[in-house]
Amino acid sequence: MTQNFKDSKGRPIVAVTGMGLVTSLGWGKSASWDELVQGRSGIRMISRFPTEGLRTMFGGAVAHPGQQPDSCPELTFEMARFAAGEALGEAGLAEAKDFPGPLFVATPPAELEWPQRKLLNEHPGGEGLQGYDRLLAAARSGAFKSMFETFQFASVAEHLARALRPRGLPVSVSTACASGATAIQLGVEAIRRGETTTALAIGTDSSLQLEALIRFSLLSALSTRNDRPEAASRPFTKSRDGFVMAEGAAALVLESLESAKARGATCLGYVRGCGEMADDYHRTRSKPDGSAIIGAIRNAILDAGVAPEEIDYVNAHGTSTPENDKMEYLSLKATLGDHLASTPVSSNKSMIGHTLSAAGAIEAVLSFLMIANGVLLPTINYADPDPDIPLDVVPNTARRQNIRTVLSNSFGFGGQNAALVLSAAD
Amino acid sequence: MEALREVWVTGLGLVSSLGEGHQAHWDALTRTPSSPVRIDATRFAPYSVHPLADVDIDRLISSKTERKQMGIWQRLGVHAAGLALQDAGVAGDEQVLDRMDLVVAAGNGERDLAFDAKVLAQLTSGDCQSDPDVAARVLNGALTTGLRPTLYLGELSNLLAGNIQIVHKVTGSSRTLKGEEISGLSAIEDAVRRVASGQADIVLVGGALNSERNDLLLNYELAGGLWSHPFVPVWQRDAQGGGFVLGTAAAFIVIEARDHAEQRGAKGYARIAQVVTDRCARRVPGEISASLAKLATRLADDLADGALAVLSGASGAAPATAEELSFLRDHIGAGRAPVAVRAYGSCLGHSVEAHAPMGLALAALALSHDGFYPPFKEPPDAVSAGNTSRDTRPVRILLTSVGHWRGEGLALVEKIGGGVRTA
Repeated sequence: MTQNFKDSKGRPIVAVTGMGLVTSLGWGKSASWDELVQGRSGIRMISRFPTEGLRTMFGGAVAHPGQQPDSCPELTFEMARFAAGEALGEAGLAEAKDFPGPLFVATPPAELEWPQRKLLNEHPGGEGLQGYDRLLAAARSGAFKSMFETFQFASVAEHLARALRPRGLPVSVSTACASGATAIQLGVEAIRRGETTTALAIGTDSSLQLEALIRFSLLSALSTRNDRPEAASRPFTKSRDGFVMAEGAAALVLESLESAKARGATCLGYVRGCGEMADDYHRTRSKPDGSAIIGAIRNAILDAGVAPEEIDYVNAHGTSTPENDKMEYLSLKATLGDHLASTPVSSNKSMIGHTLSAAGAIEAVLSFLMIANGVLLPTINYADPDPDIPLDVVPNTARRQNIRTVLSNSFGFGGQNAALVLSAAD
Repeated sequence: MEALREVWVTGLGLVSSLGEGHQAHWDALTRTPSSPVRIDATRFAPYSVHPLADVDIDRLISSKTERKQMGIWQRLGVHAAGLALQDAGVAGDEQVLDRMDLVVAAGNGERDLAFDAKVLAQLTSGDCQSDPDVAARVLNGALTTGLRPTLYLGELSNLLAGNIQIVHKVTGSSRTLKGEEISGLSAIEDAVRRVASGQADIVLVGGALNSERNDLLLNYELAGGLWSHPFVPVWQRDAQGGGFVLGTAAAFIVIEARDHAEQRGAKGYARIAQVVTDRCARRVPGEISASLAKLATRLADDLADGALAVLSGASGAAPATAEELSFLRDHIGAGRAPVAVRAYGSCLGHSVEAHAPMGLALAALALSHDGFYPPFKEPPDAVSAGNTSRDTRPVRILLTSVGHWRGEGLALVEKIGGGVRTA
């Protein structure tokens, strides 16, 4: 029997043939997974910089096994390169000199941080001047070229391109906290349009620096549970009080099923469908009726060509903010209907925090790992269920359960909503 | 795969140092012999910028509350996006806007410069210098109490798109691409591919840059990227080490499938035939020229005959601009009738993420006017010296986009045969 390489809409089926992962629980898929199935938390008090006087003093920081990089963009790159290396190894592409397809990478904003501003300020080139005139005079000295190459918007993608040598121009995407899912979607679209047979999608984010932490804090978005950081991320509970900033990266080798089979690669699963819809209501909140989130989920399910009843498990966005978890429940209710009552919905952000631009990619990798292992990762810290959110959140301990089809949600500031439907390989 | 759909440009929204709207830009750029360059060489000396013309960029943003949540670059972009929607005849048309996709090329927004200066001054005081713990306490305290809560939202890359969604109700989908100049062409490429393949019918694409800010100048001057000598056109900067002059600009374009445009009775300015992008390592001299030449082979059939003109996004940076010039001379110019080359950056300045959308808009505009632009500055653009006049009537325009530090790309824009829009 010849295998069908097209989906029900006549498009190439997109397989995943390699995955890599970095979280606050470890570098590599198994290092992270082994902790996650135990329901362990990667959230700790921050030691990277002094937190005295801050409303939130903890996060899911990723510690580099070697020399800790000096800045967020450098760690963002290091994590991405590691995850990509793991993914390429699994896909059997580690030996290739060039990656044979395009690179789509979700990255956080890039901006000089205070240590860099201080360095510039202390440079003798600016003597006698104040403020930005002083910083500009220091820049004119020519001593800061490497700083430039680290803090451009394209920096992480550019450095990854130098290391991985993908085909063509790497694309850096930001859809805020939906970025990781969008990077996967861009890869899927390129394969479906026949522009390439393979693509590398990466979501990577290191944002745990002083000012970013304070800015999210000023938006009242973060948990302030400084006395028990590991219990701070508690999606779907009554006492949830905000998300926990965290770092991490994930990489996925996407490949047309036909190409994967032709070269004898192992298919770890399929990306069946992608959906998106933009909200026009508010910068940080979704429309009260949830219509844009609902639209994104519906579009993903429609794009996948599956019935809502086929969704075996939902990998929730589940940030642990009062707003998100409520809206996400309402949207799942609207899209899955009665089927939701029998569908487990868990949030790995309870353990590894909110990895922002990386979250969508990390959650896709974890979804495929759950499919492969027949284990659902738990929502930890589920001590006081929110009665308005009656969900089977796989409370506190992992569960043995075979699943085939997963819905993974990602929502971001700026009205960004993306959803993916992921499934087991045939 | 199904046959690809024809991709049209059906709406233009432009704001820059030259004014507001496509007519103002056409008028300013075709006016001869005096050049229309508007430049401010004093406010940011030794750097120059092309400041925003006297334009009310809040005219389309009725809510004062909304305005206060935005940075200047976002207001510029939201304004240009609104102009493009109006121009395409879809502003306020919910049936279309609900399905319309949005792709924005973005950097980020302006910091609170006075606040940064104040904090830096505090950090250089005696106690902070001698005791790192004191310095940390001072910094934490200053940031916690001094940063405006809304500042972050005014800065975030994807919030230009977010504000366009809120103000203009474009809600099909929203993607923000990042990465300096080439993200502008990348955004256009994403839109064109989606429309051509039938994934989307109508997409709003663009970017915005506020050049009049020291934090942005600092970012680019870290690598010595800025031009700090008296103003000369971009082609003439190489001998003095090259450099770019930033220009405030926002450009949004409505990109639409021909059938979709015709069904709703909309006219097209031009057809986008192809967009190609790449990134070379830039380790050895000549690599950028070679990369552009390779990209041009992907357009080769289309470039072969007929009148061609080049609208160059050259920034003046070294070696990018010199290498682009040799590509144009040796590859595009060789063996064919003289080619008119115009670097619009000589007039408008360099608008980074907004630069390629601006170039695409100017190309579409020229094709719809059945004309081209005269040399943008005396002495004329180097390549075109003595070989073309304002009577050039290209049927296709090659747009170039070469990032000042990375990324290069080309777009081919063509005249529409029938149903030509009279701008």
